[in-house]
Amino acid sequence: MSAGEIVVALLILLAGFLSLAAGVGIIRFPDVLTRLHAATKPQVLGLVAVLVALVIQVPTWGVLTTVILVMTFQLLTQPMTAHMIARSAYRTDHVRRDLLITDELARDIDDPALAIGRESDQEPSEHEMPRA
Amino acid sequence: MIFVIIIAGAMFAAGALCAVYRIIRGPSILDRALAADVLLAIAICALGAEMALTRHTDTLVVMLVLALFAVVGSISIARYMAGQDAS
Repeated sequence: MSAGEIVVALLILLAGFLSLAAGVGIIRFPDVLTRLHAATKPQVLGLVAVLVALVIQVPTWGVLTTVILVMTFQLLTQPMTAHMIARSAYRTDHVRRDLLITDELARDIDDPALAIGRESDQEPSEHEMPRA
Repeated sequence: MIFVIIIAGAMFAAGALCAVYRIIRGPSILDRALAADVLLAIAICALGAEMALTRHTDTLVVMLVLALFAVVGSISIARYMAGQDAS
């Protein structure tokens, strides 16, 4: 095995380990927000490891540009998903509040100085989520 | 190299099975959406690892499309989830 193949093997083993860690974390962690933390591992670092391994194995310009595109789209879209899931979990009360050390969002929601514009949204329609 | 294939494949499979377990058991629909996201991320990683180990680039486009459209499902579930949907 050459040095390049050893690096590729280590990167792929790292990606596999991160996938396994995400699986264990998503089973063991207690609520949605903590599971979001575990979910990020194969989504970002695992994908980076696999894509670097791929570029080392097939070093052409076509592969490199496509790999950069894949990583860009993943980094653009995954934070949106995580944000929407966390927002929805907070509003539908799927958060274990006894596990939180501090909850700055609850403090801001209760703050009357930040309540401007909320009065008009007091009657949410059937298909619209209530604004927090 | 066969050693790497077996170990990495076993770890990908174990992670994917854990995600499937959470999809089945998950107490809320958000847990299920999140676990489906993790399953998709593991699938993308496994596709890439298979390409790197066998030195071909046939499924690179599949990875690109999955990275582009993975966002749609989870966001629509999270956006249109009503307040009373506990599961």
